[in-house]
Order: sequence, then C-alpha cells, then structure tokens
Amino acid sequence: MKRETMINAALLLAMIAVPLWAYYAGKPFTITLATKVAILALAGVGLNIALGIGGLVSFGHAAFFGLGGYTMGILASHAQSYSPLFNWPFLFEGSQNMLMIWGVTILVSALAGLIIGLLALRTSGVYFIMLSLAFGQMLYYFAISWPAYGGEDGLSIYVRNGFPGLNTLDPIQFFAICFALLLLALFFTHRLMNSPFGLALNAARQSPLRAATVGVGVFRLRLVALIISAIITGLAGALYADLNRFISPTMLSWQTSGEIMVFVILGGVGRLMGPLAGAALFIILEQVLGPISEYWHIYLGAMLLLVVLFARGGIIGSLAKRDAAHE
Amino acid sequence: MSAILLAEQVLNGLQSGMMLFLTAAGLTLIFGVMGLINLAHGSLYMVGAFAAAAVAAYTGSFLLALAASIAAAAAAGALVEVLVIRRLYARDHLDQVLATFALILIFSEGTRWIYGSFPLFLNIPPYLSGPITLPGGIQYPLYRLTIIGVGLAVALGLYGLITHTKLGIRIRAGENDREMISALGVDIGKLYTIIFALGAALAGLAGALVGAIQSVQVGMGEPVLILAFVVIVIGGIGSIKGALVGALLVGLTDTLGPLFLPCLFGLFLEPASAATIGASLASMLIYILMAAILVWRPSGLYGVRA
Repeated sequence: MKRETMINAALLLAMIAVPLWAYYAGKPFTITLATKVAILALAGVGLNIALGIGGLVSFGHAAFFGLGGYTMGILASHAQSYSPLFNWPFLFEGSQNMLMIWGVTILVSALAGLIIGLLALRTSGVYFIMLSLAFGQMLYYFAISWPAYGGEDGLSIYVRNGFPGLNTLDPIQFFAICFALLLLALFFTHRLMNSPFGLALNAARQSPLRAATVGVGVFRLRLVALIISAIITGLAGALYADLNRFISPTMLSWQTSGEIMVFVILGGVGRLMGPLAGAALFIILEQVLGPISEYWHIYLGAMLLLVVLFARGGIIGSLAKRDAAHE
Repeated sequence: MSAILLAEQVLNGLQSGMMLFLTAAGLTLIFGVMGLINLAHGSLYMVGAFAAAAVAAYTGSFLLALAASIAAAAAAGALVEVLVIRRLYARDHLDQVLATFALILIFSEGTRWIYGSFPLFLNIPPYLSGPITLPGGIQYPLYRLTIIGVGLAVALGLYGLITHTKLGIRIRAGENDREMISALGVDIGKLYTIIFALGAALAGLAGALVGAIQSVQVGMGEPVLILAFVVIVIGGIGSIKGALVGALLVGLTDTLGPLFLPCLFGLFLEPASAATIGASLASMLIYILMAAILVWRPSGLYGVRA
C-alpha cells in the first residue's frame, strides 16, 4: 500500500476514534474540538479544489465561508423572529432546518463563485490573487456597515439549527453530521481528481497554454472549479456558524482566508487529505501552545515559514516522501 | 454641502493618498524588481510606528522619532530580506504569500509580546500642531498639510533617484531584465537588499507619520497593507507613477465616497435608507473601483506585465 494511503487511513481513523473515546470518557469539549477540525478541514477541502488542483491562488475564500455563515444566520434569525425574508415575488420564510439552510447556502455560494469567477478569472497571477482578495474585502466591509444583521457586532443564534431525526445539540451527533459532510466532500474530491474534468484542470494548472492548445476550455474549466470550491467552503461556513451559534464579519476577513490557506498548505497542497491534516495540526497547536503562551501565533508563523521554505508538500508530503522516489 | 467642507475633505483625501503612496511605492518597487508579493510590508509600517513612538517617549524629539522609524524599518527590512525573503524570489506566488503571511504572524505577535496590546501614543510636536488658515478661509490642521508636503517631497525624491542616479539605473535595469544586469557584473543580491530596505524605510516613515494622527498599535499595518495592494494593482504592479496615481485615487475615493454617496442616494430614496445604503456602498467603493479597473484593464492603469 502506498504510504500516502496509509497516512490518509490513519487520519480518518483518528477522526473517528478520538470523538468516540471522548464520548465514552465524558469529555464533550474534545468532541467539539474534533467537530471544529472537521468543519475547518471541509473549508480547506473546498479551497484545495481551486488551489491544489486548479492552481487558482484564491486569497478571498473567506467570502464563501462567510456567505455560508451569513446564510445560516439570516435564515435562522428570521425563523426565530417569525418574520419572512421577503414577500415578493414569492413568500420566503426563514428556517432552522439544516437541510434547507444547506440548500440555500449551496445556491448563494455557487452564485457568488460564478460572479467572482467571471470577473476575477479574466486575470491571472498576482492580479487574480489581489482581485479575489478585493471581493472578499468588499463583502467584509459590506457586512460591517450593513446594520440589519448585527453589523460589526455580529449576530447570535440562540438555538442550534435542527436536522431531521437527530439532536444537533448533542455534541457527538453534531460531530457526526459534520464528519459525514467532510467524508462526502473528500469522496467527491477523490472522484474529481481522477475524472477527465480533474485531469484537464490539473493540466491547465501546469500549463494553460498547452491545455488550451489541445482543446481544453481553460476559462470555463476554472470557473466550474471555482464554483465547486465555493460551494464546499460555503457549506463549511454554514456549519461553522452552527457550531458557534454566532456569526460576525470576522468570518469574512482576509485573515480567515489566510488561515484556510494555511490549513491546506500545512497539510499538503493538492493532496486529498492535506486540509484535514492541516486543520487537525492547527487545532492541536492551538490547544497545546495556547495555554503555554498567549503569543502562540509566533510559533505557528515560524512553523509555517519552515514548511514553506524547507518542507514543500506539507505534512503529508513529507511523510509520504518515499512514494515519490518509487514512482 | 459647503465648499469649505468639500475642500477639507479633498485635502484629507490627498493626505491619506500621500501616506498610501509611501507604503505602496516600496511594495510596487519590490514587486517590479524582484517579482515578490510581500504581505509583510504592513508589518514594516508597524515597526516604523513603534520605533518612532518608543524614541519619542525616550527623547521627546519628533524628528529623532522619524529618523528612528526610517532606520528601524530599513534595518528590519534588510534583516528579513537576508534571512527569509531571498529564498523566495525563485518560488511561485503562493509560497511568497504564505511565507510573508507567516512573517506577519511573527511580527505582530512579537510586537505584542514586547509592547503589550495597548496602543501607544505618538504626539504631534507643538510647532506642527494647531490649524492653519489657507486661502479662501479654510482652517486645516498644519500637521496634515505637512504630511502632504512630505509625501510630495518623497515622490519627487524617488523620481530623482530612479531617473538620475546610478542606483536608479540599476533598479530600472533590474525591472527590465534581472539576468542581464547580473551578467553585467552588478551584485544583484546586494541590489535586492537595498531595494527591500528602501521600500521598508518608506513604509516605516509612513507608519510613524500616520501613527501621530491615529494610535500606534499591533495590527495597524494590515488595513494599510490591503489598501496599498489595491493601490498598486490599480496603478499597475511595478509602476511608481501608477502607485502615485492609484494612491491619490484610492485616498480621494475613500474620503469623498462616504460624503457623496448618501447624498446621491438621497435623491431618490428616503433619508434613513439612503444613509444606510450610501454608507455600506461607500465602504466597498475602493474595492468596486479596483475590480472595475482590473476588468477594464487587466494589468492596471500603467501596468506593463500581466
């Protein structure tokens, strides 16, 4: 078996074993941490499709993450106050049902991905990085200055949204929902990587000119990749908002974009489980270093710097190095 | 809206534009010559402001504080270039973004470690404080006017440096063809360090000058960094002239937008919602401007390479 496959299996096993152990040992906080890992990894899986396979360095994925969060917040707050979002052209009421919220999130994120992609993909290189950042900032400042949903203060949702047949307030059940979505996204990414679409996208990353020459529609390919990526990251945002029962413009800030990117890179860019490894490492570092020093971001920064300078390929890349030698 | 208010706001826009120019000039030079995206540029701005606040508190002299801001930022810039940045020139943009993002974390938390989370204060010296009466009866703070002057002087100085000195010739040559000038015997490593330190010094000076109006605190560099990126992308990455035009455009848009947009929406909406929508749109205005310019000209106003 390839080393990377073994590492991937170990990671997934750990993601199941740790919450189960915590459940029987009566440590709900550990389950919450595992849930956070699953959600952040899901956001990373989304970015990994654009960044790892497509080579689109999007520095504005917080836009999709935050849109997912705000979709949940807006729908749930209207449901709480029994006031419809709008009456015309049809009656649209708020909802506290996760399935409904996810559906709307998918639509909203896909639309945002489409609009941002149509404009930003006209450029490439640094200009694309900056344009994606600009769209993120646009939404960030809009969220801050738009008072209807809390503005700068954010918005609290008092009751976690429901899922048919499950009690979402029970940490282990909410974890199961998040982990199931993560597995689904990982399976989808795996299929995508080996599909003609994924291969063409990968080719377009390595050489857009050559891909175009053999008849690949690079622009359309990248647009679709960005939309898929936006949908997955948007769903992660909706779950993250549910985890905290709170949304704020911070979800849309460029630091959030940077952090999602850090998960992907620390874990290993373009690797299937890279985002999961990165998100897990991030949360472990936060829990281990946080109590030792208030300034633990220094260590995170130093580690990130070392990975970028000396260990390209991230954790999974370094652990699975021997594969490359055999191939 | 009175003419005096308008004139004041235009001056405010010029002032913030000039300070943006100081930050953006270094950023665009570094990108133009070395092809490097430096997210840590805002940290050098912060280093300048903290150095100025520390020296001002110790000596009481504002001029010494400014000198310290330039020296500290240049030194920090040179150090970072030698230790980290030079390994990144040959890498792709993703690595550059991440490594310099890591530098931001290190700089910010390091500064918080040394100085704590509370803002420091840097006072405007007595000889520059108070308002001055301009022609037309406009009262305007002398310090802000001085800042506009300093910005103009730096812009002229940079222009002179780049067009009339040996270093300037090398910088321009480096922008055109890096390999050729190193083949011609220019020590390219040293040139890169000098350019990086020069850009850092300009950012540090801007940090100190702005620090006297606002407060000096951790994280002050990041909003400026993003704005400076908007500026250089609008102007065309690598172009100093583009940075100047872009900075003034962004400074004026950011200052005048909140003034005009609510009035504009007031023409056809009720006052309360006009104020809300106007204010929300005004906060997004520079990003809308940037997106519009990039969609219209994908490599900025004066950009040469995409």
